[in-house]
Amino acid sequence: MENFNYHRPASVDDAVKAAKAKPDAKYMSGGMTLIPTMKQGLASPSDIIDLGALKNAGVSLGSSLVIKAGTTHAEVAASADVKKAIPALAGLAANIGDPHVRHKGTIGGSIANNDPAADYPAACVGLGATIHTNARKIAADDFFTGMFSTALEDGEVVTAVEFPLPKKAGYAKFPNPASRYAMIGVFVADTAGGVRASVTGAGSGVFRAKDVEAALGNGFASASLNGVKVSAKDISSDLHASAEYRAHLITVMAKRAVDAAK
Amino acid sequence: MDNGTGIGARVKRKEDHRFLTGKGNYTDDINLPKQTYAYFVRSPHAHATINKIDTSKAKKMPGVVGIFTGDDVAATKLGGLICGWMIHSKDGSPMKAGPHPILALGKVRYVGDHVAVVIAETRDLAKAAAAAVDVDYGVLPHVVDVADAMGHKAQIHEVAPDNRVFNWSIGDEAATDAAFKKAAHITKIDLVNNRLIPNAMEPRAAIGYYDTGAEHYTLYTTSQNPHVARLVISAFHGLAPEHKLRVIAPDVGGGFGSKIFIYAEEVVCAWASKFVGGRPVKWTAERTESFLADAHGRDHVTHAEMATDASGKIIGFKVHTKAAMGAYLSTFSSCVPTYLYATLLSGQYNIPAIYAEVDALYTNTAPVDAYRGAGRPEATYVVERIVETAARELKMNPAEFRRKNFITQFPHQTPVIMCYDAGDYAAALDKALEIADVKGFPARKKASAAKGNFRGLGYSAYIEACGIAPSAAVGSLGAGVGLWESAEVRVNPVGTVEILTGSHSHGQGHETTFAQLVSDRLGVDINNVAIVHGDTDKVQFGMGTYGSRSGAVGMTAISKALDKVEAKAKRIAAAVMESSVDDIEFKNGTFTVKGTDKKMAFGEVALSAYVAHKFNSAEIEPGLKESAFHDPSNFVFPAGVHIAEIEIDGETGVTTVANYTAVDDFGNVINPMIVEGQVHGGITQGIGQALIEGCVYDKESGQLVTGSYMDYQMPRAADVPSYKLGFTCTPCPSNPLGMKGCGEAGAIGSPPAIMNAVTDALGVKDVPMPATPHVVWQQLQHLKKAAE
Ligand SMILES: Cc1cc2nc3c(=O)[nH]c(=O)nc-3n(C[C@H](O)[C@H](O)[C@H](O)COP(=O)(O)OP(=O)(O)OC[C@H]3O[C@@H](n4cnc5c(N)ncnc54)[C@H](O)[C@@H]3O)c2cc1C
Repeated sequence: MENFNYHRPASVDDAVKAAKAKPDAKYMSGGMTLIPTMKQGLASPSDIIDLGALKNAGVSLGSSLVIKAGTTHAEVAASADVKKAIPALAGLAANIGDPHVRHKGTIGGSIANNDPAADYPAACVGLGATIHTNARKIAADDFFTGMFSTALEDGEVVTAVEFPLPKKAGYAKFPNPASRYAMIGVFVADTAGGVRASVTGAGSGVFRAKDVEAALGNGFASASLNGVKVSAKDISSDLHASAEYRAHLITVMAKRAVDAAK
Repeated sequence: MDNGTGIGARVKRKEDHRFLTGKGNYTDDINLPKQTYAYFVRSPHAHATINKIDTSKAKKMPGVVGIFTGDDVAATKLGGLICGWMIHSKDGSPMKAGPHPILALGKVRYVGDHVAVVIAETRDLAKAAAAAVDVDYGVLPHVVDVADAMGHKAQIHEVAPDNRVFNWSIGDEAATDAAFKKAAHITKIDLVNNRLIPNAMEPRAAIGYYDTGAEHYTLYTTSQNPHVARLVISAFHGLAPEHKLRVIAPDVGGGFGSKIFIYAEEVVCAWASKFVGGRPVKWTAERTESFLADAHGRDHVTHAEMATDASGKIIGFKVHTKAAMGAYLSTFSSCVPTYLYATLLSGQYNIPAIYAEVDALYTNTAPVDAYRGAGRPEATYVVERIVETAARELKMNPAEFRRKNFITQFPHQTPVIMCYDAGDYAAALDKALEIADVKGFPARKKASAAKGNFRGLGYSAYIEACGIAPSAAVGSLGAGVGLWESAEVRVNPVGTVEILTGSHSHGQGHETTFAQLVSDRLGVDINNVAIVHGDTDKVQFGMGTYGSRSGAVGMTAISKALDKVEAKAKRIAAAVMESSVDDIEFKNGTFTVKGTDKKMAFGEVALSAYVAHKFNSAEIEPGLKESAFHDPSNFVFPAGVHIAEIEIDGETGVTTVANYTAVDDFGNVINPMIVEGQVHGGITQGIGQALIEGCVYDKESGQLVTGSYMDYQMPRAADVPSYKLGFTCTPCPSNPLGMKGCGEAGAIGSPPAIMNAVTDALGVKDVPMPATPHVVWQQLQHLKKAAE
């Protein structure tokens, strides 16, 4: 790991100022992705801006569910409000990584990082969430722009994620056998604006599965998905799963997500 | 002795308090004054010439203390790494061992090969400077798959133009051919035994220290056998004579075989210390280095044929195996696919004729050597997969087919060297059938089918040879060393006991089990027994721990030394109590004089031995300390029956181990809790091999694809069920404790049980290991297509 300068600002404004002052600065929330990549030499920021002192954590439930960016996966998993409003989201958080990761990693860090196999992006897109930053609000459909890339501008910091309340939502994850990230994760939601289904782990980033959405539009039940064959085109293939296998799993996981939806 | 801590007691592990509270003392925990840090420059290519190494830029980097290459090593005449077991080919020619320099000379042969070492003030500085070492490589063709290695255009060593290290055979070919001519049925199978990466929790580490005043080396190292390391580094590398080299293996966090071997990195640390002014040189492998450069396990490709007669009796067995050795011959690599493998091909069965041929081949991969079970899992896999397949082809119940062919008379001489001394295979089978509720299986299968899932049942009746090994016997087969063990029992004046043993505990629990033996024999509280191991300055000599030898061989040495202690203590007790030695009885820690009420506690006798006031020291020497060497007269033969029941998710291909039963015969057991732990760990590793773990090198690039835990999966607790264990007992006749070995049995027995269950569930002959969800799903697709 290369040496770096360490900052621990107490306000969002100071954090943004510090980030903008250095071209190679990076925010750090839980550090669960950033630190391993630095150790491997894949990232070597000149300055680390630790967002810990912002104390920007917590969940609030009103007409929507708002989770502040610094909330850890463990806090989301244990939150009575999350369990009540969107149990699928609490379940998703409870199955990220291991206990260490869940007690350090945050929702803000996860979505800012946008790992193509991460879980939270599926929930954000599947529920049609809105990402709040220091500067603006971004619809989840516009936020995730590809592998490890987002709509965030330089120095822009995620402050919260706002989830509209669905009628029903479910998440089913087929973990990568080795890393336990999603090899395929499907999030389905029956919402005021119609059925949404998102897929993570299958390609260069989270996407909406139109075939699945169309089928579930005819009835939010797993039987609606019988015979739905997702095309393997553009789906990733690696040591652990071919594109065909992943495509097959999308339908299977979508069914299981619908069956589990509450 | 009946004090709750003797033989057979479930004593909690004494060492665990230290380990679980973070107070273990591992090599990386040790720091010496003025210590420097080593980082290795490794080959990024599978096969390449080294045209030039330019260290000029790296030498100017901050904190660099020294940079050394193969030329520097060669200039000091330090010998290369050796393979300590000579194998001769069928045609009588010796195995073709290519040079294995401590740092590469002229060529690299696998990704991760050790090219140069940078020594600096900190680990990070060493790493940064290593990145600045400029190596000009000339890339050569490579081969990573053993199936392709023979005669491949990538010629890895000059001495072996076709990449073949040896072509070895065992058994009677003519007799086996004759048996096949008479066969009513012949079963054929092709099997791949997948390559595994050992993944000890503690990575390899070393600190080498050259004392310029005493002209003496000390090497702290993560070794399963520090004395063997000293012997090899002294006698073969020629670093220093033995009395000028101390090797210490402190707490070691798991080995599974991978820490038996003498590796380049550890030797470099000791060697280089002298050239950085006698400053200690420390190296701790990064996890990536463990993946790249620890010796791997398995990697066999086998064709086997089994001949049966009309009644279903096995009459002949023929095996041909291609065994990957990797890019170099590691320390004991050559004996693994030969004497530790093919000598077990008779399994638990009475097979009159067996013939096996093994081609050992170089590949551009990390060296392959002993890994938990070493050769015996590979043998058991071949035997138990083909036996199961034969039973299916003959439409016989696989359990009854096995029973029909079991060896029932002992001793039993197999056609492949081994002479089994004791066993009752049918007893284990009966018990396993009952525990596994095989009778209820059809109903469970039906219930699974109703959910669209596939359920399968698989057997494995394994046998293995461990308690390694009779010295003269292994010597006649090519071993470079004897495989006895030594022990010293030091009784202190207050009656506490120190056991110095040549065995080495790196997870096995010797501090507990060895103390139990002493507690049992001397009536001493186990907390008054210390086990000393892992330091060549303390223990005179020893052969270390592997091949499930520390019980049968190591503890027998202790037992022999305890016999001597008891005999001497009796003489002292007799003198003090003024009676004849013949009248002294020793029981529960107390010496009594027959027919009187005179008695002395063990501690009192110990004190008398050192005070020496009450006996004639012209007749009896003061002190109470004895030692013994034990050379076993035979291997020991643990055996058992495993039954796996698995369920495959018809939609996803995920295989769940629904039930796992293991009935083992380990002879007499010292600590059932520790034995069960060994069995649990072994089965889990075997399930790992069958369903989960697989080392993959990319054919095109020669790169290790599974180079981290992001891609190499280890079995987790959630991947395995709660095992159902049972035990039978036929005491081992070749050691006084009647013990066999339990350390490897689980890993030996389980892979075929699982794969027999998977193939049973799918109704196919073979599924490659690891049967990951992806692999099984592909099988399901084939079946679907075939059904359409
Ligand atoms: C062993 C292990 C297993 C894991 N398994 C899973 C899994 O199963 N599923 C899964 O989804 N994830 C998994 N993760 C990732 C984990 O969820 C991380 O916690 C998460 O991806 C990053 O969150 P963090 O708070 O740790 O972010 P950090 O590591 O601190 O930061 C990640 C990136 O986001 C940026 N960033 C952080 N906070 C903000 C912010 N507020 N605004 C803008 N940018 C920001 C950083 O600059 C950095 O580039 C795993 C991680 C590990 C180590």
